[in-house]
Amino acid sequence: MHAFPYLSLLVIVPLIGAIAAALLAKAAPSAARTAALVAAGVEFALVVAMILQFKTIGSFQFTSQHAWASDLSIQWNVGIDGISLFLVAMTVLVIPVVLLGAQVAERGAAFAAWLLLLEAAAVAAFVSLDLMLFFIAFEVTLVPSYFLIARYGHERRNYAAVKFFVMTFLGSAFLLVGILVLAFIHSGQTGHLTFALSELRHTTLSSGTGIWLSLAFLAAFAVKAPLFPFHTWSPTTYREAPAGGSMVLSAVLAKLGTYGILRFNLTLFPQASKTLAPLVLTLATIGILYGAIVASAQKDMKRLVAYSSLAQVGFIVLGTFTMSKQGLTGAVTMMVNHGIITAAFFMLIGWIAQRRGGWDTTMLRGLQRPAPVLAAVFTVVMLASIGLPGLNGFVGEFLVLLGTFATHRWWGVVATFGVLVAAVYWLWNYQQVFHGDADEANDQMPDLTIRERLVVAPLIVLIVVLGVYPKFMLDRIEPSVARTVATVVHASPTPGSHVVIPSSTRLGGDR
Amino acid sequence: MNVLTMPSISYSALAPILFLLLGGVAIMAISALRRRPLSSTATTTLTLIASVSALVASLIEWAHVSTSPATSTIAGALAVDGFSVTIAITVSCATILATLFAHHYLERMAIASAEYHVLALTAAAGAVVMGAANDLVVVFLGLELLSIALYVLVALNRKSQASEEAALKYFILGGFASAIFVFGIAFTYGATGSTNLQTIGNTLSASVAEKPSILLIGLALLLVGFCFKIAAVPFHLWTPDVYQGAPTPVTGFMAAVAKVGGFAALIRVLLAGLPTARSSWEPVLTAMAMATLLGGALLMVVQKDAKRMLAYSSINHAGFLMLGIVASSSAGLSADLFYLFTYSVATLGTFGILTMVATASDDDAGLSRLRGLATKHPVLAGSLTVLILTQAGVPLTTGFIAKFGVIEAAIGSSAVPLSIVAMVSAAIATFAYLRFVLNLYAAPEGDLQSLDLDGSTTSPTAVVGVAITVAVSIFFGVVPSLLLGLTSTASNHLLP
Repeated sequence: MHAFPYLSLLVIVPLIGAIAAALLAKAAPSAARTAALVAAGVEFALVVAMILQFKTIGSFQFTSQHAWASDLSIQWNVGIDGISLFLVAMTVLVIPVVLLGAQVAERGAAFAAWLLLLEAAAVAAFVSLDLMLFFIAFEVTLVPSYFLIARYGHERRNYAAVKFFVMTFLGSAFLLVGILVLAFIHSGQTGHLTFALSELRHTTLSSGTGIWLSLAFLAAFAVKAPLFPFHTWSPTTYREAPAGGSMVLSAVLAKLGTYGILRFNLTLFPQASKTLAPLVLTLATIGILYGAIVASAQKDMKRLVAYSSLAQVGFIVLGTFTMSKQGLTGAVTMMVNHGIITAAFFMLIGWIAQRRGGWDTTMLRGLQRPAPVLAAVFTVVMLASIGLPGLNGFVGEFLVLLGTFATHRWWGVVATFGVLVAAVYWLWNYQQVFHGDADEANDQMPDLTIRERLVVAPLIVLIVVLGVYPKFMLDRIEPSVARTVATVVHASPTPGSHVVIPSSTRLGGDR
Repeated sequence: MNVLTMPSISYSALAPILFLLLGGVAIMAISALRRRPLSSTATTTLTLIASVSALVASLIEWAHVSTSPATSTIAGALAVDGFSVTIAITVSCATILATLFAHHYLERMAIASAEYHVLALTAAAGAVVMGAANDLVVVFLGLELLSIALYVLVALNRKSQASEEAALKYFILGGFASAIFVFGIAFTYGATGSTNLQTIGNTLSASVAEKPSILLIGLALLLVGFCFKIAAVPFHLWTPDVYQGAPTPVTGFMAAVAKVGGFAALIRVLLAGLPTARSSWEPVLTAMAMATLLGGALLMVVQKDAKRMLAYSSINHAGFLMLGIVASSSAGLSADLFYLFTYSVATLGTFGILTMVATASDDDAGLSRLRGLATKHPVLAGSLTVLILTQAGVPLTTGFIAKFGVIEAAIGSSAVPLSIVAMVSAAIATFAYLRFVLNLYAAPEGDLQSLDLDGSTTSPTAVVGVAITVAVSIFFGVVPSLLLGLTSTASNHLLP
C-alpha cells in the first residue's frame, strides 16, 4: 500500500525549511524568514489534512517503514495514533505562533532555522514506532534547544543551556542502555535484534529486570517532563531562555517526557509500572503540591509559569499512572492543553517584558488600565490554567482527578489541593500585575498591537473551543488509550520467566 | 650451504606500507641530493601522492580480501584480511588529512617541511604494519616505527621549549613502555613457544598453557605496553603534556594515527592470539575501561587549555574503544573499526581548525583564545561546532553511531555495568564539550585583534581538510550504512 507519506513529510518539510532558512540567513534574511514560515505553514496544513482523514480507531495509522541503519537494526518506522496525533498538532501549531510572535527580529533567520529543526525532531519523536529512532529524535531536540537558549537567552543563558543539556543527556544515558538491554533480551528470546515497539512489547521480562528497565526509561522521561525531584533545570531554563524558546521547551519538549512515560513505560513494562505506581504517583503528587507552593512565592513571572508547569506535569503523570481509561485520556488531553496554555503564557510574558524591560511582579503594576486587551487575554489563559470549567484546562484536570479518585483515592484527595493553590497564586499574581495604581512607566505601556492580537488569537480560540467542545479530541484519543490500558490490565505477573541478563540487575537505576 | 628459501610475498597486500615508506624515502633522497631544500609545496604534493596511492592500493586490496578468506603473507608475519585493510584505509585517510592541515602551518612556522613529511609517512607505515602484524615481533616492529617517528615529530618545533619538553617526556616514558612490551613478548614466547599469533592461539586452545603464571605475566606486560600507547588510565599521564606541547598538527596526527595503530594491534593480539585467555584479560580491561572513561571525562571538565581538554577527550574515546574489545564479538570489532575511522576524521578536523587559529607563538591554546571565534569566522566556528558535537556523540553525526555501536556490542555481550559507566562518562564529557562550544559563540573579550589568524583561515589545503572532515562526520552520521557495511564485512574477515 502506497499511501500518501504524511508522517515522513512531517519530518522532512521542517528540515527543508530549516536548511533553507539557514542558507538564506546571511544573504536574504527576509526571504529566510518567509521560507521558514512557509515550511511551518505547509506542516500545519499537512497535520490538518491528517486530522480530517484520521479514523477513530485505536491502532496506528499513516504508518510507514523503511530500512535505515540496518547494520545497527534501526528502522525508519513511524505511525500515529490518537495519543500522538494531538501532540503533533499542538507542536505544529506552536511553532508558527512562535515564529510570528517571538521578538528577536534582528536575528530572526537563524532562530527560525533552529526552531524548525526542533520541530522536525520533536515530530519525529512523537511518531516513532522504533525505540532507537525515538531515542535519536529525542536526543536531536537537545541541539537546537541548546542553541536557542545559549544564543538568544537572558543573562545567565550559558549556565541554563549547559544545565539543561547535561541533565537531560544524563537521563537519556540510562534510556539508551535500557533500550539496548531490552532489545537484547528480546533478541535472546526470538533470535533477531529489533527496536520496533510492536515487537519489543512482547518481550517476557522477569519482574526484577522489568523494574530496572522501567526505572532506566523513567530516568530520561522524568528529567525531560520534568517530574519532581528531577525538575531543577526547568525554572532556570524557562527563565533564561528567550520567550520563543520557553514556549517550545515547555509546550513541546516537556511533553516528550510525559509522552515517553505513557507510550513506552506503560506499553513495554506494564507489570513493572503497576509495581512502581505508588512511587511515581507519590512523586507526581509531591510535584503538584511543591510546584504550587513554590509558585506562590515567585516574584519572577517566568519562574512562576515554570513551577506551575511542574504542578501540571504532576497531574499528567498522575493520570498516566492511574492506568485507568479516564486517567490516561485526561493525561493526553492535559498534555495538549497545557502546551497551548503555557505557550500563551510565555508569549504574553515575553510581550510584557519587551515593553517594560522585565517580568518581575515587583516592577509591574496596574497594567489593566493601559493595556486592557492584554489583560483580557491574560485572564482567559490564567483561568484556563486554573481549570475553570468551559475552558480547556478543566477537561484534562477533571478527567485525571476522576481517574485518580476511582483507582487511587488518597492521592487524588491530596492532589486536589494543588488545584486550589493554583487558583490562589494565579489570582494573586494577576492582582499584583494588572490591578493597583500604575506608576508612570507602567501607565505608558502600549497595548497589544493588531499583529500580536492576531498571533495570539488561535491560542485563545483553541482554549475556548477545546473547553466547550472537547468531544472531537476525546473521541480520537479514547480508542488508543483503551488499547494502552488493555495492555496494562492484561499484563499478568510473570514470576516463572527466568530471563535475566546477568549483572543487569546490579546497576541501572536512576540516581 | 643452507639455501635460504624465500617465503611467498603478496606485494598487493604490502602495497599500502610500501607506498607510504617509498614516499618517505623519496622525499628524503631528493632533499639530500638537492642543494636547496625542497619547497613545502613539493613535499606536501609528494606526501599526498604517497598517501593517496596507499589509499587506492588499500581500496583495491579491499575488493580482494572482502570476498576471499583471510590469509597471511611473508611466512605468517603479516595478516591479509578485512581488518588489516580497513586499518590501512583509516591510516591512509588520516595521513592525507593531516598533510592538508600541516601544509600551511609548516610554512608559517618555518619548520623544515621535508622532515615533517618523511616522519609522518614513516609513522603511518608503522601504524599500517601494526594493523596487519600477525606476530608479536612484527607488532613491536610496527610499534617502534610509529613511536620513534612520533618522538621526533613532537620535538619538531625546535623554537618551542614546550615542544622539546613534551618530546623528551614522551620519549622516556614511551621507551619504558616499549621495553615492558618486549618483556611481555619474551614471557609469552616462554609460555607458548611462539610469537606467531595463530600458533599462540592454537597452542592455548589445544592444551592448557604449561606455565600459566608465565603466560599471565606476559599478558600483563603486553597490556601495559599497549595501554601506554592507547593512553588508557592509569597509563595516560603523558598524554595531556605531550598533546599540549607538540606542534598542533602533529598532535592531531598523533591523536588519530597512534590510536588507530595501538588499538589495531591490541585488538588483533587479544582477539586473534589470546581469545582463550579472555577470562584473564577481560576483567582487567573492563576495570581499566571504566577508569579510562571516567578519568578522561572528569579531567576534561577542569581543563582550561583546548589541547589538554582534547587530550582527555581522546582518553575518554579510548575508553569507548575498549568497550568494543571487552565485547569481543564481531559486532564489537565492527563498532571499533567504525569508531576508529570516524574518531580519526573528527579529531583531525578539530586539531586542524585549532592549527588554523593558532598564532606564530602557538604555545597559547587556552580556551579563552577561541573566545568569540564565531564573530570573526562564523563558518570556521560552525565547522568546529560540528566536529566537537561529533566527538560528544550527538545523533546525526558519526560520533553517535560510533558510540551507539560499541555500547550495543557491549550490551550484546552482557557488559551492562560498563555500558552504564560509558554513558554516564559521555554525559560528563558533554559538559566540557558544550563549554568549549559556548566559548566559540561568547562575546569576544576586549580586543578581537588578538585573534589574528595570519591568513591561515584562507589556506586552501586546510579549508579542503575542514570541508572533508565536516562532510564525513555528518554524511556517515545520517547515512551510516555505507561505512557500517564495510566495517562489518571487515570484522568477519579477521584472521583467526
